[in-house]
Amino acid sequence: MGVKCESPPVLKVQNLGKIYGPGCPNCVGLTGPEHGRNVCPKCLSIVAFYGISLELFEAEVLGIVGESGSGKSSLLKCLHLDEEPWCGSVYHKEVGNGERDLFACSAQQKRAIRNKLFGVVYQSPEVGLRMGLTAGANIAEPLLLTNKNKPNFRAVRSRILHLFHQVELPIGRVDDPIRSFSGGMQQRVQIAKALACNPSVLLLDEPTSGLDVSVQASVLDLIRRIQWDTGLPIVIVSHDLGVIRLLTQRTLVMRLGRVVEAGLTDQILSDPQHPYTQQLVASALT
Amino acid sequence: MRTEVRLSRTQRSLESLHSGKDMSIAYNFAYLNEAIKREIRRKILKAIAIPGYQVAYASPEIPIARGWGTGGLQITLSLIGPGDCLKVIDQGCDDSVNAVNLRRFISMMTGCETTTETPKATLIQTRHRVPDTPLRPGQILVFQVPIPEPLREVEPRDQITRRMHAEGDYGLMWVKLYEETVLWGRVTVGARYPVLVHGRYIMDPSPIPRWDIPKLDRSEALLLFGAGREKRLYAVPPYTSVEPLTFEDVPFTVENQVGKACELCGSTNSFLDEIPADDGVTSTWICSDTDYCSRRRLQDPRVKRLSLRMRKPTEVGGA
Repeated sequence: MGVKCESPPVLKVQNLGKIYGPGCPNCVGLTGPEHGRNVCPKCLSIVAFYGISLELFEAEVLGIVGESGSGKSSLLKCLHLDEEPWCGSVYHKEVGNGERDLFACSAQQKRAIRNKLFGVVYQSPEVGLRMGLTAGANIAEPLLLTNKNKPNFRAVRSRILHLFHQVELPIGRVDDPIRSFSGGMQQRVQIAKALACNPSVLLLDEPTSGLDVSVQASVLDLIRRIQWDTGLPIVIVSHDLGVIRLLTQRTLVMRLGRVVEAGLTDQILSDPQHPYTQQLVASALT
Repeated sequence: MRTEVRLSRTQRSLESLHSGKDMSIAYNFAYLNEAIKREIRRKILKAIAIPGYQVAYASPEIPIARGWGTGGLQITLSLIGPGDCLKVIDQGCDDSVNAVNLRRFISMMTGCETTTETPKATLIQTRHRVPDTPLRPGQILVFQVPIPEPLREVEPRDQITRRMHAEGDYGLMWVKLYEETVLWGRVTVGARYPVLVHGRYIMDPSPIPRWDIPKLDRSEALLLFGAGREKRLYAVPPYTSVEPLTFEDVPFTVENQVGKACELCGSTNSFLDEIPADDGVTSTWICSDTDYCSRRRLQDPRVKRLSLRMRKPTEVGGA
């Protein structure tokens, strides 16, 4: 990466790869943009992504852009420890002084890391929220993940109300079922849930793709305001160059599971080098 | 301990029907064969070693339908020995059909002594109650459990709930308690109140009323739970902590019995059953634990006179 930073990175990813299927020694060599495929012709495994290395620094917003099927959402799932990678490692500066591979942790530790250090917002609220519960209960879930101490009801309740206020939702609807909320409001509840435990990294997977344009703008505004207020480092996955331009400082462009171009967002968008990026920028509606 | 006498099937069943203590039947002692008993005992030992953890076991066929106390019966049959004194209760009552049938079956298959008196029994099989007479060290209380999985209400998939137990991932259970507290101002669980055993596993205490939950905490008797239909058993060893799940600032409460007393024995510190009167408006209350009630009446001559006016002790019960 072109950016040099004094403090250590919050998140460091080294040579991360994910293969769906049996996998064989030829998988990596026979796939990628230069071969124009991500399915290994020998063993028919899908190489979701391979050879991804990146560093995320304090108060930085990193964008990952690419077409559908380029592996960007799979990468985010791996970063959130939802899936085991095929190879590579992820380090977080708060886990073992940034020297312990997160995937080497036990299932309990991983769950604790996921709850304490990461906040995640998915494209579809059905994935990130429990539709049978109230909005407040959804936000309460990460706050109540404890079996050591008895939680305090009033403390949890006031934290939920605070978060509700922070994501600009009407306090009066905190005990309404999440089903009765509009799409944009459900995304706001997801953001509140992601922020509940004061995470050190926020992962956003196409947070505004399912929303109409005006609601999209207000949710993006909210994300930007939270980022300015808290300096929270964010990894945002999107196929929308507008979102990338608005929020991010640095960008990775992915195609068929590989990073084809990486650098400052301004540079990539104004002077794309890779033919795919050029095509991407040229086809953006602006 | 096989006592085999060659008898025709009819003779055999007649024999066993008429003689409760006669051992001249072609069944193994306590009906189950020794291999099965050993399997269940091994699983009980494992359950005791990991308090509150649900151990899978074979749940063999026995001559009652699954869901009618098979889990409890299998545990009882695998533990009972010739010297044991057995008590079986159904919702506190010694005289209900279910309790009587189980007690007669076990005594027929073992020749063991049976009793209705809680202090006298060494082995008590129960459905949905803990006796109101405090248990003593050395006693074993065997619960019949319909649903052993406390997390099933919040997560229907067993594969997931097992993982949640393994990782101590109990957030969803707390979310349920949070939501009930928000909507109703308190936790609305009546029976089957979830408890945390030994600070580790959340356990279903079987559908006992909340009234009985504090009696499980650091109990002097060994508590065993069997769910025959679900093929799971679990245990709370003596003197183990059992805490109901509650928020720090929302205390756990038992059923409100303020101002109510047993119509027969006058007890106010036992769990009471409501008996609606014929007028459909008023009700009276009697002890759910018939043994507790009748022994109180026998001990206190003043109360006994009062009760004789009303009903005979043996008729009290099954509400």
